[in-house]
Amino acid sequence: MVPRRWLALFREARIKDLQRTAEPERAPDARKIAMSKISLKVNGRLHTVDVDRSTPLLFVLADELGLRGPKFGCGMAQCGACTVILRRQVVRSCVMPVSAVGQDEVTTLEGLGTPEKPHPIQQAFIEEGAAQCGFCLSGVILTANAVLDEKPNASDEEMRAALGGVMCRCFAHLRMLRAIRKYADARKT
Amino acid sequence: MSLSRRDFLKGCGALVVTFSAASLPSPYAIAQGPFGAHPSHIDPTKLDSWIAVGGDGNVTAYAGKCDLGQGMFTAQTQLVAEELCVPLGRVRLIQCDTSVCPDEGTTSGSQSTPTNFNTSNLAQAAATAREALITMAAQQLGENADQLTVADGVISGKSGRRVTYEELIGNKRFNLQLSATAKRSPASQWTVLGKPVPSLDRVWLMTGQFEFVHNVRLPGMLHGRVVRPPQVGATVASVDEGSVRQIPGLMKVVVRNSFVGVVAEKQAQAIDAARRLKVSWKPGTGLPAQKTFYDTLRKQPSRDVLVVDSKDVEQRLAAARTVMRARYVHPYQMHGSLGTSCAVADVKPDSTTVWSATQSVYPTRSIVAKLLGLPLDSVRVIFVRGSGCYGLNGADAVSFDAAVLSHAVGRPVRVQLSRQDEMAWENFGSACVVEQRAAFEAGRIIAWDCENWTASKGGRPGYDQPGNVITGELLGYVPEPITPRAAAEPTGELRNRSNAAPSYVRGRVAGKCGGAGTVRSERVLSHTVTSPFFTGPLRSPSRIQNTFAHECFMDELSARAKADPIEFRVRHLRDERLIAVLKSAAEAAKWEKRPFPKPNLAKTGVASGRGVACVVYEGNNGYVALIADVDVDMVSGRVQPRKFVAVLDCGPISNPDGLRNQSEGGILQGMSRALVEEVTWDDKRVISTDWESYPSPYLGIDVPTVEIILLNRTGVPATGAGETAITVVAAAIGNAIFDATDARIRQVPFTAERVRAALGAVP
Repeated sequence: MVPRRWLALFREARIKDLQRTAEPERAPDARKIAMSKISLKVNGRLHTVDVDRSTPLLFVLADELGLRGPKFGCGMAQCGACTVILRRQVVRSCVMPVSAVGQDEVTTLEGLGTPEKPHPIQQAFIEEGAAQCGFCLSGVILTANAVLDEKPNASDEEMRAALGGVMCRCFAHLRMLRAIRKYADARKT
Repeated sequence: MSLSRRDFLKGCGALVVTFSAASLPSPYAIAQGPFGAHPSHIDPTKLDSWIAVGGDGNVTAYAGKCDLGQGMFTAQTQLVAEELCVPLGRVRLIQCDTSVCPDEGTTSGSQSTPTNFNTSNLAQAAATAREALITMAAQQLGENADQLTVADGVISGKSGRRVTYEELIGNKRFNLQLSATAKRSPASQWTVLGKPVPSLDRVWLMTGQFEFVHNVRLPGMLHGRVVRPPQVGATVASVDEGSVRQIPGLMKVVVRNSFVGVVAEKQAQAIDAARRLKVSWKPGTGLPAQKTFYDTLRKQPSRDVLVVDSKDVEQRLAAARTVMRARYVHPYQMHGSLGTSCAVADVKPDSTTVWSATQSVYPTRSIVAKLLGLPLDSVRVIFVRGSGCYGLNGADAVSFDAAVLSHAVGRPVRVQLSRQDEMAWENFGSACVVEQRAAFEAGRIIAWDCENWTASKGGRPGYDQPGNVITGELLGYVPEPITPRAAAEPTGELRNRSNAAPSYVRGRVAGKCGGAGTVRSERVLSHTVTSPFFTGPLRSPSRIQNTFAHECFMDELSARAKADPIEFRVRHLRDERLIAVLKSAAEAAKWEKRPFPKPNLAKTGVASGRGVACVVYEGNNGYVALIADVDVDMVSGRVQPRKFVAVLDCGPISNPDGLRNQSEGGILQGMSRALVEEVTWDDKRVISTDWESYPSPYLGIDVPTVEIILLNRTGVPATGAGETAITVVAAAIGNAIFDATDARIRQVPFTAERVRAALGAVP
């Protein structure tokens, strides 16, 4: 809990995001804007949307497809509220142009499990009551899930490093970390 | 589903919302039902304004307090289920829709529980409804009311005959006033209320299905963005609409006074247009230097309130052998909601609807009508939950933004602020200076003098002050002025809602002692001065600033008296409940009596210490004691809290799991605010405009342990709990740093630089 360390962790997370995506604050050049039909596979379904290719993936998911999981928090890949899974990696959809998605499937928080059949990590969050307002959950749940998919035996330290760019302003940290630990332990057995 | 109060008023049917169990946890979908008649008044004295029973016996309840992400939806549902003896699944709660819900003002100040969970409003309505149903059943069954039993909406008599709620009143109105004598069911018999019921929204939250205001989508909806000034106080000189003409999808550039916004078909287009729009601004008046701001603040003309004055403080201080004095300062801090504020407005010639995360639907309705020149009755505001707000974030301002833009284009408009606009223009938690002096005699405090200066501009818009938030000011309204005024003598009783008076004074006003303490010689004077930035309630407003100052100063006094900090506190308290939480915390944290700071302090490496703080929130609205264990890196000055033990007494608890969740979050948020959060600015503008310039501890931090102990006290009124725990965190950490290092830091946040500087100053 060192301010400097938070910043370091944050920068690391941000750099990783920026390497993958466009520079966030630079608006697309208006003269180049042209609508085009883009096909997108999201949560197992194929969609075709008519948007500018530079549109951030988040706006396509939220506005064109009406998905509620990924949310706009900062538009700069700083907080994690817009997180989705693409190519088994967590991606900040607020800074990724929709054209960069390609043929690969996007999974959002609602694609992970359903109210009737939640994914086990969602079930752990439900059991622990691991949220207050819940706006941050795409970042928290999808990031932790991706870490454990990649490395089922991830240590607390590794999990912390992965969550170093994920924010919850209600500070439900304790319950969230407990839920993640519960899920991680359960999937080992 | 039927949600039209006009239909209800026209016919004789009760206002019932039909639902199935499956739709229960997505409570806000209902808010998009048929449009009502916008009644100006929903009479809160009438039972039908609060409770309706459907043809299936299910209960609909209408509340004027909403869930801001802290569990109030679940708790209010529990309350209605408990009083009406039905399972949770048979209660449908509608929160804060001006078409159908009573006006309960603003959901704020930890007032939802005191307002709705004691013997008035929602609780009184639910109790009245139960008694009315039992009376009706007694008549129908021909038995005595006191021999009837109620379970799951069925009333049974001794004879074995039964009658259901729906048979008694299904779809019909009660036509009754709220009964002042209706009895609440006693806490000892609760089966739903008081239990750790899992929050009703969690399945939907965790699976990404919950509808936030950010998810409201209407047919034909457009996207708006605002263009805020580049500097504080800058005004529009001219707008070059040609600069964005080529942007596809742009519908309109809206300029009203210094309010500038754009509307486009798609969100990305609106963002693009807002960035490219060429606006020439007349410069603002500049900002006072941050470095010397607390001195500047302290010297402003002020509006004064004398909280308490025993008239002998100066005399006592002059005569005392030992007098201590200290100045504590607290910065502007942000709500910094994770999601930027968002609203959707649909302004039509004869009816306007605003979907808003405001804490104040009725006031927002009033302001929207005023800004657009519409009849009040034609405006409906529907609360839809936003990102956690912790007070007056941008929710009100963005609702006005959306209304103005929708009005200009005649179509529904959704506005979500940019991160920069959210942070630069929200109503910050106030900066504050607190100066205290105290005199000792024989190990006891004999006089305590306390003066505070709070920077203020605007605040909640209420029903008629649009200028209290940025949108209103840009539209040409002025914030409520702070007219300098000398303090009048306090009358009536001690008013300590801002915790301006420390817990240790008697608080004697008009012959009655309203304080929690014993110090007889007392003076508390509050000054409000004009702030260069908008301010507004931020979780525990002024209470956190004042309590930080009082509880750290108390620690200074205790150390000077070479006393144990808890024993020293208890020595100056007379409020048994405050003493009880302190003692419970001491026991739970295995507090050992010893001199503070620690003898033989470490000079290198990592030093550890512990600190305590306590408060009666708002003077009468909840008790807390907190013990913090922290590590301090003696080289870097880095502070790492290790453990918090908190004891709370909030009267009878509605939902212990919700209270724990809220308190855990409050403590960690308090830790963040104590250690890193501070709004910064240059000579023209706020420069804390993202999470790099306004850091907030990520999930990846080394999270301290938090132990919450709840004293469930029945037989007393239920108090608030939303802000109780956070109020004492900065003080407990500050006291723990002192214990570890002998350095007393009188300024929040305790950044590594500040702590390092203080360590350098320790002899």
